Amino acid sequence: MRWVRRIPGWVVVTLLLVAVVYPLFWLLTGSFKTQNEFLNNPTWALPEDWTNLDNYVEAFTTGNLGIYIKNSILATVPALALTIIFGVAAGFALEVMVWKGRGTVLLLFLAGIMVPGQMILLPLFTIYFQTGLTGTLWPLIITYTAIGLPLTVFMMATFFRAVPREIFEAATLDGASIYRQFWSIGFPMVKNAIFTVALVQFFFIWNDLLIALTFTNRDDLRTIQVGLLNFTGQFGQVQYGPTFAAVCVNVFGTLIIYLFLNQRVMKGMTAGAVKG
Amino acid sequence: MLVYTLVMLVPIFWSLGYTVFEGNPIIGFTFVGWDNILQLFTDPKVGDALLFTLKYAIVLTVGQVLVGYGLSLLYVFWLKKASGVIRTLVFFPVVLPTVAVALLFQALFAIAPQIGPVNSLLNFFGADSIDWFASGATAFWVIVIMDIWRSMGFYAVLLYAGLVDIPEEMFESARLDGASGWKLVRHIVIPLSLPVLFSSIIFSINGTLKVFDSVLALTNGGPGNTTTPLTLYMYQTSFTYGEYGYGSSIALMLTILCLLVTLFIFRSSRRDLTKG
Repeated sequence: MRWVRRIPGWVVVTLLLVAVVYPLFWLLTGSFKTQNEFLNNPTWALPEDWTNLDNYVEAFTTGNLGIYIKNSILATVPALALTIIFGVAAGFALEVMVWKGRGTVLLLFLAGIMVPGQMILLPLFTIYFQTGLTGTLWPLIITYTAIGLPLTVFMMATFFRAVPREIFEAATLDGASIYRQFWSIGFPMVKNAIFTVALVQFFFIWNDLLIALTFTNRDDLRTIQVGLLNFTGQFGQVQYGPTFAAVCVNVFGTLIIYLFLNQRVMKGMTAGAVKG
Repeated sequence: MLVYTLVMLVPIFWSLGYTVFEGNPIIGFTFVGWDNILQLFTDPKVGDALLFTLKYAIVLTVGQVLVGYGLSLLYVFWLKKASGVIRTLVFFPVVLPTVAVALLFQALFAIAPQIGPVNSLLNFFGADSIDWFASGATAFWVIVIMDIWRSMGFYAVLLYAGLVDIPEEMFESARLDGASGWKLVRHIVIPLSLPVLFSSIIFSINGTLKVFDSVLALTNGGPGNTTTPLTLYMYQTSFTYGEYGYGSSIALMLTILCLLVTLFIFRSSRRDLTKG
């Protein structure tokens, strides 16, 4: 009767899966419902017409979802590229090269992880305001890069530590300059690690609200997260369909990325946490 | 390096400077000395926000780590090798954008215009519907439930990684000595996974003290200011009322709070480890 003892366990697992999956499934069904169905049918009812795409059309046309997505991509990609380039270079410099003041710099980066984003928000706002950068996406890109750097540097430093020093020593003997060593040896050896870090940073930046909210003062600059926040307001409280559709686009976009790369995402995120 | 210093380190000190001023960049600054700091201690709203932040951080940290620990125990001892799929599914909410999740939970707990699934479930069991967002107490629990839902997979994977590292021989010898079930967990598993447990607690507290996205998107601090954490209060003071100096003081307070809590836990955990 071994299987009888295993029943409570299965119940727990089933409950768990229902708790995680059902809200998402409910979200998906909601995005196909008409306003009438929302008001009159019970909430767990399935949509009457699975091919009703009106809500999606509405979200993209009236809701400007397309612009929000474009802004998100325009802010995320450059910020991600800058973070990775600077982060990898700094990680290399801190771990492989030997120079004075290395410890202090490492400590400064560590402090950067601890300080909450709110602390630097106001001065940055003033700077951007005075240099006339407000009204573009640049404040977002610069701030994301700065905030993403400490964690990237730390993770990269750990990865470089795993590379045997002898390799770099041999390269020096062979006459490779420090830049050559970075590009031909250091960079290729941690390529996989870079990919993981980039993925983690991507989710951080893509999902950020605080910074996007602070530095986007015009409607056509909003990222997808800020846009979503204002979605209910734009349509009034009653129009549930388009809101559901917009949330769906947002949720299932990240879902697809996650489905393909889930092992890496899990590993990267938790690795970052232990070090942070 | 240069960018990091400019965007991260300079503003930290700049922000410190702001704490002794009043006003904002548009109307100019006047020097007020210690007034902002003193105002912190007399403003009842700061007290409320601080209390909410602490309450939230404690409840959520306990919740996250307990649920995560339970899940990781489930993964290791009950599902064993087959846990991959479930781990992946439960981790999924972690990568979802907070705003999307908050909108989803707003709808899940809604009462008007449509009765959401949660209230439907209550009705089904004979209880009355609850207007979850009408009072601070219930809204607080919605935030907590949402954040646990969002983060349980993360802590589960984090702790799982720690549990897998425990050598199999430990369990075998304990079983030979007659330990089983709860006893095994109590005397072998918990002591051996203490380090990773501590790091997840530190991580959790640091994250929950800085809570911003989920509260803003779910309740916007309301009703009244019953669910306003320090971060949101700081944001409102600075950008809605234009009091940059006072906002900076609140941010400073938050930073100090984070550092103190981390240091405190670090200290106590280290002492425990050397004793045990």
